[in-house]
Amino acid sequence: MTWYIVRRLGQALAVVVGVMVLTFILLHIEPGNTAKAVLGLKATPARIAIFDHTYGLNKPLYQQFVIYVDQLFHGNLGISYQLQQPVTTLIAQRLPRDAVLLGLSTVLALIVGIPTGIYQAVNHNQFADDALAGTWFTLYSAPDFLEAFLLIALLCVQFHVFYATFSGGITSVGGLLADWRALVLPVLVLSINSVAGFSQYTRTQAIQSLASDYVRTARAKGLSRRLVLNRHVLRNSLLPVITIVGLSFPDIVAGALIAESIFNFPGMGLLFWQSALEHDYPVMLGATLVIGVATVIGSLAADLAYGVLDPRIRYGSS
Amino acid sequence: MAAPSALEQAAEGGSIQRSRAPGGLTLRAFLRNRRTMSGLGIVVLLGLFCFAGPLVYHSQLVIVNLNIINEPPGPGHPLGTDEYGFDVLARLMQGGQSSLELGFAVGIAGTVLGLLYGAISGVLGGIWDAVLMRIVDSLLAVPTLLLLIIVSSMFSLNLFVIIVILSVLSWPSVARLVRGQVLELRTREFAQASTGMGATKWWILVKHMIPNTLGICVVTATFGIADAIYALSVLSFLDIGPPPPFADWGTLLTNGVNNLFNGYWWQVYPPMIALILVVLAFRQIGDAMNDLASGGQTGRIYVRRRRRMGFLQISTQFDLRS
Repeated sequence: MTWYIVRRLGQALAVVVGVMVLTFILLHIEPGNTAKAVLGLKATPARIAIFDHTYGLNKPLYQQFVIYVDQLFHGNLGISYQLQQPVTTLIAQRLPRDAVLLGLSTVLALIVGIPTGIYQAVNHNQFADDALAGTWFTLYSAPDFLEAFLLIALLCVQFHVFYATFSGGITSVGGLLADWRALVLPVLVLSINSVAGFSQYTRTQAIQSLASDYVRTARAKGLSRRLVLNRHVLRNSLLPVITIVGLSFPDIVAGALIAESIFNFPGMGLLFWQSALEHDYPVMLGATLVIGVATVIGSLAADLAYGVLDPRIRYGSS
Repeated sequence: MAAPSALEQAAEGGSIQRSRAPGGLTLRAFLRNRRTMSGLGIVVLLGLFCFAGPLVYHSQLVIVNLNIINEPPGPGHPLGTDEYGFDVLARLMQGGQSSLELGFAVGIAGTVLGLLYGAISGVLGGIWDAVLMRIVDSLLAVPTLLLLIIVSSMFSLNLFVIIVILSVLSWPSVARLVRGQVLELRTREFAQASTGMGATKWWILVKHMIPNTLGICVVTATFGIADAIYALSVLSFLDIGPPPPFADWGTLLTNGVNNLFNGYWWQVYPPMIALILVVLAFRQIGDAMNDLASGGQTGRIYVRRRRRMGFLQISTQFDLRS
């Protein structure tokens, strides 16, 4: 087990370094002059020279990378060109809001997805199963922006139940929660996409559990159907879902970009999107790095949780 | 070794049976499967609609006619007109062409790249394999949408450039999948026998590894098509796709939802139905083929995709441990 953890940690570290190099290269090979993109086409050569000097853009690429890494180790992700604030501050402001959005939507997706999956497994290959699977697959195949706009058309324009955008100036998590009528729709859009994964995965696992000997034994002992489902089938089906939750974390962050830009949710996705439009590289670099690291941590946590919860993996790999 | 292997049996004079896995992804199984065929039927119909349709249904899509913008369905325009006065039905055919062309090109190119990379990594093994796979992991760690936005802003886009970008971004998960398969195949008897007879790594790669991973590649390519069409629609929505004369179903749908609150429903539902149908059909085919390949299980094995927006992210999560 120890060797397994050490190896996984080593891999994770290598991947983090890889993400750093990858994003840095990607953002700096972009053709065109950054200074011009930021200052405008009418910028004078002198202004451009000052800009390049201020942000170290006149240095060779490898030096820029060394400086970037050095700053990183001091907890500094650079200064935003446009917003003139430290990138770490910008990200630190947004991460808690994303935690609220992603947390709520994941919990909602699990609450809907796991029972549906179990229900589908119990009735597998019958009409209810096919109908539910068809529904989830269709929703999963529909683009996020379409779902968002249809929900807005129905619940905001038609019935005035929820708000379509956040009022500006929301800064705190408490403010977000207070503005719950604006929070509902983005949470709904994000969870719609996760439900398909959670429910179908639970279904596959539960079908295997239902066919296994211990379930038959439990039923033969006279345990009620409900008890067997709760105690044996549900528990054993939950295990892989934990992995999925860990791994789906970055999915949701990326998916949130669409939802955030539609609903004007002040999170990481919107920050990334706005900085992409304004060629604000330090912010894009920082955001990509944070999301990449979150991905690595998510898959690491999922793997380790799996190892802790399933002794077969723990002993099998040691 | 507890049981004598097939080779040992053969050496002792026993007969080698041509062993076949039950089920399996064969052409015959594909043709007899209800789900693959229904998906294929939808794809063929949509393909005919987009490529043969314009031969029958003529409408000019060049000159903007402001006299007939946003007209509801009626005589002359069965599905109405859009905000430029173009016929929605004709635009649907035109948009579908680029969506389908892109889907097929990216699905195939991304899979071929991934197949080569993964197979080479698996055959090389050792430190090379570790390095090559960490590169894949790094690419997978950044959500594809972010990479797509970064890369798309670098180039002036047209259909070909988009195809290249999406292909380059979609291979890593295929590579990981193929590499896992190759690692497993390397331990099999036919590979060992081949090594024993003096075959080089590269001979085994070409002769055994690549042919044996083709099944899984057909599945991933099918998902890749769906994902590429989906990704293009998202790009179009974010307005970082190719500039205006270009249209795909995503462009039409985006224009439609922007006019949703004017009540121009005929601009929303046709591209919506087309886009969902095509994505659903390819995923249905891929999913059913995946079931066939994994031994004809009756259960709908949900091919877990690692990212919401990610393409070709197929059941990689348990592979992390290998």
